[in-house]
Amino acid sequence: MAEELATSEPPSEPLAAPARPAPVADDIPLLRIDAVVKQFGGFRAVDRLSLDIGAGEFFALLGPSGCGKTTLLRMLAGFETPDEGQILLDGWDIGKLLPHERPVNMMFQNYALFPHLSVRDNIAFGLKRAGMAASDIVARVAEMVALVKLDGLEKRKPDQLSGGQKQRVALARALARRPRILLLDEPLAALDKKLRESTQAELMALQRRLGTTFIVVTHDQDEAMTMADRIGVMDKGRLEQVATPRQLYEAPASRWVAEFVGDINLFEGQIEPRDSRLAMAPRLTVTTRDAGTVYVAEPRQPVTRTSVCVAIRPEKVKLSRYGPAPNTDNAQAINRLEGVVTDVSYLGGTTTYRVKLDSGAVLRSSMANTARIDIDAYSPTHRVVAWFTPDDCLVLEQ
Amino acid sequence: MTGRPLSRLSRFNVASLALGLAFLYLPIVILVIYSFNASRLVTVWGGWSLRWYSEFFNDRAMLDAAWMSLRVAAVSATLATGLGTLAAVALSRGERFKGRTLFSGMLYAPLVMPEVITGLSLLLLFVALNAERGFWTVTIAHTTLTMCFVTVVVQSRLGKLDRSLEEAAMDLGCDPLRAFVSVTLPLILPSIVAGWMLAFTLSLDDVVIASFTTGPGSATLPIRIYSEVRLGVKPQINAICTLVLALIAVVIVAASLATKLTSTRGESAAPL
Repeated sequence: MAEELATSEPPSEPLAAPARPAPVADDIPLLRIDAVVKQFGGFRAVDRLSLDIGAGEFFALLGPSGCGKTTLLRMLAGFETPDEGQILLDGWDIGKLLPHERPVNMMFQNYALFPHLSVRDNIAFGLKRAGMAASDIVARVAEMVALVKLDGLEKRKPDQLSGGQKQRVALARALARRPRILLLDEPLAALDKKLRESTQAELMALQRRLGTTFIVVTHDQDEAMTMADRIGVMDKGRLEQVATPRQLYEAPASRWVAEFVGDINLFEGQIEPRDSRLAMAPRLTVTTRDAGTVYVAEPRQPVTRTSVCVAIRPEKVKLSRYGPAPNTDNAQAINRLEGVVTDVSYLGGTTTYRVKLDSGAVLRSSMANTARIDIDAYSPTHRVVAWFTPDDCLVLEQ
Repeated sequence: MTGRPLSRLSRFNVASLALGLAFLYLPIVILVIYSFNASRLVTVWGGWSLRWYSEFFNDRAMLDAAWMSLRVAAVSATLATGLGTLAAVALSRGERFKGRTLFSGMLYAPLVMPEVITGLSLLLLFVALNAERGFWTVTIAHTTLTMCFVTVVVQSRLGKLDRSLEEAAMDLGCDPLRAFVSVTLPLILPSIVAGWMLAFTLSLDDVVIASFTTGPGSATLPIRIYSEVRLGVKPQINAICTLVLALIAVVIVAASLATKLTSTRGESAAPL
């Protein structure tokens, strides 16, 4: 596969003046990362990773620290060179190019603003290097300043700016050259919570307006879920799953992803042989150690093993004193577990309950506080029935 | 203890401060005062006068030596700054090349090497090379002496500089050399200037290495002074020493101002 791609590579040009070949076919993605490996000593920071990112996409690389997401981003920017594999931009291998030869710009985590230059000169820096005419530079800088709402601050030096303003300068500087791809390394990590939320919205609006491909590296899943069209979850140098935020949350590909993204209840168990009486309903029967028999909707991909893990998100678990009311809405709620409430955490919009099941295992349930005064709220020591439908559960192979 | 005003210093502190300063500066103060002595006898006060200063400015040999010293100091400081800055960049920016520890150890050795050994070894080298001893041999010797000081000063600044600044410059279209020139160099310039001034004063002061490596007719000022003093201290020497002192004081103050400028300006744009 890799060799095939190597032969279809454009004829090698001198690096100083790389000619970008016209896209051979329409189905070539803007960016193709193909079996890329990066080693530091004996440590594989990025391990045969492949990923396609389309034009105009807002893509997030999410993962715990040390998962290789920053190394991958730095390879896209050109600060690291892949040991194996290719990075293709419009079908053109940029893996070995130096940073200044790539039509890609990066916004650094600490912004890396040039302290000896004013806001204006910081933004104009890349334009001057590109040999743009002075009048065009003035126009482009003005455009960028307006875009990130920095009017009136052009003459300031970076140390005279607030954290949010620095972030905007860094963004304007990186966007000024109109890169094919903008790389953002933890763009909001240095901002406080309120500012982070408004900046997220601004980044999304900006991305939609410019149509530039954004690739953002973050360890904050809320940030990734809020902003990105697609998220790649990384662990130990590999992509665990690439999916939309909804798919990632509702259909995690593995137990690791399920536990990393959001909160989840997991019960290990065995899949029972198909019961002829339930043959009509496409569902599996799983006997778990801690939650008894659980009925789970048949997954799209057939399960290959019998030893599995049943996963239910806390907000899918409903609580009541006597089980669901016998109406048609609740006809599917055939999974019922009994237990005692041990902890109640009131979080404003939701309340999280910890229910100790009769087996001794703990089940978490999160319920929206839709009414201001809730006479039905449960308190510790209350005995409750927790119930959920087969469609609310997932089967994850170990 | 924090924020305690200086006026609240105890008597003990004041006394020890005064004694310490007196120990360091009393000889120098006496030298400066006696340089304005009208008397021909060094130890007898004969009223204020600028006589010895004018005598110095009419002493051809002394002026030649002073000019020689300034030239050696300026050229060797410039060479040392160039080489020392390159070494600092190699040590703090280069990949972890093989023998890096050895290299930095060898670079810093002249800091602690007895000057007599440095001087003697250089003398042997110049003799072996059959080089005519004079301006250039002293200059080269002083360059080897002062280069490591420049490296120390510049390297400490480079170490504090945010590496991503250079990366940002490359990202924005600079090749590595250009990134260094347009971003790193302006930010470390004050420390380079400070390093130059340090090298300049060290060269101006040196008598040991210069006496090994200089040749006939190219004596530096300290050597000239030293040989004059051996024949008896003349009041004129006091005047020369005071001038040298003033020059060095000016350079040192300028160097420390430059260093201060470095530390207040251009620290990496750390998040608030």
